[in-house]
Amino acid sequence: MNYRQAKTGKLLIDILPDRCDFCGCCVGVCPEDAIELKESEIFIIDPRCTNCAKCVWSCPIEVIKFNREGVPARS
Amino acid sequence: MFLQEVKLNFFIQNILLVDNLKMKNEYDIIVVGAGPAGSMTARFAAEQGVSVLILEKDRDVGYPVRCGEAISKQGVEEFIPSDEKWIKAHIKKFSLNAPDGTEVIIEFKEAGYVLERRIFDYELAKTAAKAGAGILTGAYVNGLLFENDKVAGVKYEYRGEQKELRAKIVIGADGVESRVGRWAGLKTYVDFRDMECCAQITVSNISVEPNTLYFYFGKNIAPDGYFWVFPKGSDTANIGLGVSGMVGKKHSALFFLNEFMNKNYPDAPILTSIAGGVPSTITLRKISAPGIMLAGDAARQVNPLSGGGIASGMIGGSIAGKLAGEAVKMNKFEYVLKYDKLWYDRLGKRHEVFNRIKNGIYNFSDEKFNKIAHSFNKIPYNKRNLSKIFAHALMNHPSLLVDIAKVFVV
Repeated sequence: MNYRQAKTGKLLIDILPDRCDFCGCCVGVCPEDAIELKESEIFIIDPRCTNCAKCVWSCPIEVIKFNREGVPARS
Repeated sequence: MFLQEVKLNFFIQNILLVDNLKMKNEYDIIVVGAGPAGSMTARFAAEQGVSVLILEKDRDVGYPVRCGEAISKQGVEEFIPSDEKWIKAHIKKFSLNAPDGTEVIIEFKEAGYVLERRIFDYELAKTAAKAGAGILTGAYVNGLLFENDKVAGVKYEYRGEQKELRAKIVIGADGVESRVGRWAGLKTYVDFRDMECCAQITVSNISVEPNTLYFYFGKNIAPDGYFWVFPKGSDTANIGLGVSGMVGKKHSALFFLNEFMNKNYPDAPILTSIAGGVPSTITLRKISAPGIMLAGDAARQVNPLSGGGIASGMIGGSIAGKLAGEAVKMNKFEYVLKYDKLWYDRLGKRHEVFNRIKNGIYNFSDEKFNKIAHSFNKIPYNKRNLSKIFAHALMNHPSLLVDIAKVFVV
C-alpha cells in the first residue's frame, strides 16, 4: 500500500472533503499553514503537515480524522 | 424575493467590475475578504480617495453565515443606520440559564439586534462600493507578491485562472483562517485551546420570545463556552454553541448540539446547518508590517468573552482602512505601523481584560454557576444589569474583581 507522506513521515491526518463545511477552524489553528481551503474545496499540503492533530481537535463537525495506519495515496 | 433581487443586482455589478478589472492591474489598496471587517476597511480607505479593490473567495458576499448574528445597536450604528430589512429581532432581554436550569433574566431598554447577516453583510459591502471600492467575488487569494521585502500585491485564482494584482498595501480581512498575514510573515495561527469551534443551525417551529437572547451554561451543555438560542422572529431561531479545541479532543461542537436538540426540540425542522470558528483570544501581537495590515477575525479582533466580532471587526477595519488610505496619499508606508497602537488603545487593551475574565469564568464549576444564578435571582428585576451579574460572580472568585473593575474604568 502506498501512503501519503507528511513532513514527519506517513501522513496520519485525513480530511473527509465530502462532509466538510469549509469553515476554516482547522486552517486557523494549523501552525504549519498546511491546509488549503477554497470556497468548497479543502486538502492538506502533505509536505508541510507534522501530524500534530490540532486540526482534528478543532473540527466542530468531526470531519478530520486521525488515522494511525496512515492515509493511503490517491490512486 | 427581495434577496434574489439584491443578488441579481450584485451579479450585474460584478460583471461590470470584471470589465473594469481588465483595465486595471494595479490598485493602491487590496482588501482580502468581504465580511464586515473587509467592507469597512475598503470603505474607509476609499473615502481617502485612493483606489481600492476587495477580493472575496466565495461567490456571494454575506453567505454562508458563520455566526450567532447578535450585535449591540451601538455597535451597528457607528457604521450604518439601523434598517429593518436586516434586523430579524430587537433584543430587550437576556435569559441566562445555569446548569441546574435556574433562569436569570435581565432586561434592557434597547440592547441590540439579531441580524440577518446575509443581507447585513451585503449592505455593508454596498457602502464600500458607494465609497468607490471595487468588489470581485469568486476570487481566491492564494499568495502574495513581494518587492524588496515589502508586500507588493496578491496572487489569486479566478475562474480557474491564476492571476496577479499589484497593490501598495494589502489588507487581510480573510477571517478565522488568516493566511494572508502568515504569508507576510506575521504569526497569525491561534492556539487550538483558544479556538471556539462552533456548530449552529437555524430552526423553525419552535417557540421563543422574539426579544430575548437565551444563553445556556454548563459542563454538559457547552464546556468552556456557551450555548445560544437567538430568536429570528417568534418561531425561528439561530441555535448553536462554541467549544474550545481542548474540549474537541473528546467531543465536538456537533456532539453537544445534537444532545441539546434531542433533549429540547427533537422534532424541530432545521433550515440551515453550518460550522464556524471564533478565535476567542487577544489580538495578535503584530497586525501590521510594511505593505500589509490585518483586520477583523484575521487580526483576532474578537471580544474573547462574548465571542462577538462583527462590531469590533468593523472598528478594526475602519482604523486600518483610514490609515492605509492616508499612507497611500502621503506616500509614507511606515505610517501604517501606527495601526497596532491605535487598535490597542481603542479595543485591544479592553479585549485583554475580557480574555482574563473569560479564563476565570470558564473555569467555574457547574455548582458555582448555579450558586451565582440563585443569589442573583434575589435581586429585583429593575435593579439587574450585567455588571451586577459579574459582581455576584465575584463573590465566588474575588480575584476577577480587579479585571472587571478595569473593564468599566477604561
